[in-house]
Amino acid sequence: MADSMLEEYALSFLEVVVAILVGILVGALVMALGGYDPWNAYYQLFVPTLTTTYGLEMTLSFAAPIMLTALTFAVGVRAGLFNIGAEGQMYMGALGAVLFGAVALPSFLYLPLEFALGTALGVLWGLIAGVLKAYRGVNEVVSTIMLNWIAYWLVETMRIYVIPNPLDASKTVSVPPAGRLPLLVSGTELSASIIVSVVVLLITYLLLWRTAVGYEIRAVGYNPVASRYGGINVSRVSLYSFIIGGMTAGVAGVCEVSGRPPSYAITTGLSNLMGLGFDGLAVSLIGNNHPLGILFASLFIGVMKAGSRNMQIWAHVPLEMVQTVQGLIIITLSIPGLVRLILRKARGWK
Amino acid sequence: MEWSMLWQLFVQTLNASTPLLLAATGEIIGERAGVANIGLEGIMLISAFTSIYVDSLFANPWLGVLAGVATGLLLGLVHGFISAYLKGNQIVTGTGVNLFAVGFVAYSIIAFFHVAGYYTIDISLTVPKVFGLSPIALSSVVIAVLSYYFLFRTQAGLAIRACGENPEAADSVGVRVELVQTAASAIAGVLTGLAGAFLSIDWNAGITKQISAGRGFIALATVNFANWNPILGIAGSFLFGFFWVLGEWMKNIGWLKEIIPVDLFNTIPYVATLAVVAGVIGKSRPPKYVGVPYKRE
Repeated sequence: MADSMLEEYALSFLEVVVAILVGILVGALVMALGGYDPWNAYYQLFVPTLTTTYGLEMTLSFAAPIMLTALTFAVGVRAGLFNIGAEGQMYMGALGAVLFGAVALPSFLYLPLEFALGTALGVLWGLIAGVLKAYRGVNEVVSTIMLNWIAYWLVETMRIYVIPNPLDASKTVSVPPAGRLPLLVSGTELSASIIVSVVVLLITYLLLWRTAVGYEIRAVGYNPVASRYGGINVSRVSLYSFIIGGMTAGVAGVCEVSGRPPSYAITTGLSNLMGLGFDGLAVSLIGNNHPLGILFASLFIGVMKAGSRNMQIWAHVPLEMVQTVQGLIIITLSIPGLVRLILRKARGWK
Repeated sequence: MEWSMLWQLFVQTLNASTPLLLAATGEIIGERAGVANIGLEGIMLISAFTSIYVDSLFANPWLGVLAGVATGLLLGLVHGFISAYLKGNQIVTGTGVNLFAVGFVAYSIIAFFHVAGYYTIDISLTVPKVFGLSPIALSSVVIAVLSYYFLFRTQAGLAIRACGENPEAADSVGVRVELVQTAASAIAGVLTGLAGAFLSIDWNAGITKQISAGRGFIALATVNFANWNPILGIAGSFLFGFFWVLGEWMKNIGWLKEIIPVDLFNTIPYVATLAVVAGVIGKSRPPKYVGVPYKRE
């Protein structure tokens, strides 16, 4: 019994490894088609990132937000939902934090208020999708994407008209030094946001696996019909899932604004936030939608995000290439039993 | 309101509804066969790029359209094959295509056009108009009507619907479920690819990395709104398309601009789509086995 379970774990781990290899190989093809040198690109992407302390510190700084947005998706999947609204919920969280850049407060109040308002806005954004799902049966795939776009234009409007930076039109006001998370290593972008993220990850794990609410969430995701007969209020459970997801995504937005130098603001077209929610989708799927898996997957995608700047500078490959590889990994992961298929074929050839 | 203004409103609404109608019609056929594809957005985006790339390369918009359609066909086949034959998780495949598309198109605009984010083509390279209207826009309505007859009046249409309603029964009377599902997914890909070509080399005469702007997902909302019926899909896509036109028109109303920031009008199509979907759902019924891989006992 234990052996076969171990074998299951080993196989699903192998599947992730194979998917990553396929993603990297097909990605190399895409780079070659674009006229770049894939070997040099991957060298610049991985080697300096993995062999220098600066690279590892940057990796941690990028792992932090995508760990949180991955939790949004994972808590949804555990409740049988496909919540792809982390992107918009994270924008709203960032908005909640950056608003305090425009007000004068006693300095000890900034951080608590940023987290309070940012998390609340993230939850609000998740809850809209949750309420539409629970009471109107609206498919969360459609509603969360609509809400992502609404959040995008709402925050962009705020950036331009309400809280523009008087000295630099390309961004909002910055949160004041008292409202920033301390840097763990000066000269890098690694701030206390990584600590916040890991703590939130642990809390989410305990919530899902050690509490009654978590049990209900997982039961509904596993079998909604049986859960309903077992006396679980399925609509209420899906609302819980959207609330928890909104919280983690909201915290991700707050951390990016209050924890990443140099701007401590939101930049044109939300360029410093864009994609962090969808990165979380990939992280969660690679991590098998489990907090422990997410921890490792966020480090892997964090390496790619940290290395992408280096790749762009030294191999001239646009850093969006990293997202391309992520997509290829997920497409490959969607094929069930790929490793078993390969093993069977390999045995057949012998 | 003058006739010319009404005509303009009609043309704009027709254009705005075209990508929604094409993708929704394709998706109706796919979902009727039991294959759901939430990667429409990604297919639309990638096809918008491949069509404008081939168009620029050969200076021939029809080759561009062909490239967009071929891209859609390829992605639809991949999705269909993974869903039907490999029994993969359809939602995950679609998500993978969406993530891939966002990265690939942003990367490709820089790699192949050497500009950051925004590439335009000369009007002479766009699909030629017929009486001031886009031939792709006109054909989208024809395709929707034909799809209705195909689904509900032909033997092949019956086989498709059987695969989505009761694949086991379809299998027992000799329908090759996996083949039908893969083919239906390919049709969805082809029509969504055409929608992508329309976006870049017909309607907008250019491409940005966000040109699809959620339209693939609004097409999914349209499928739901239309209760999986292509004729109702025409009404749905015109309604959702109108909201895009409404947002643009409101930007040009002087007194409104004074009190509301222009960028906020960009939320109108999304807010309206959400409102409509929240209002009608519960009355529609999806095919019974949509999204569920068919496994023989």
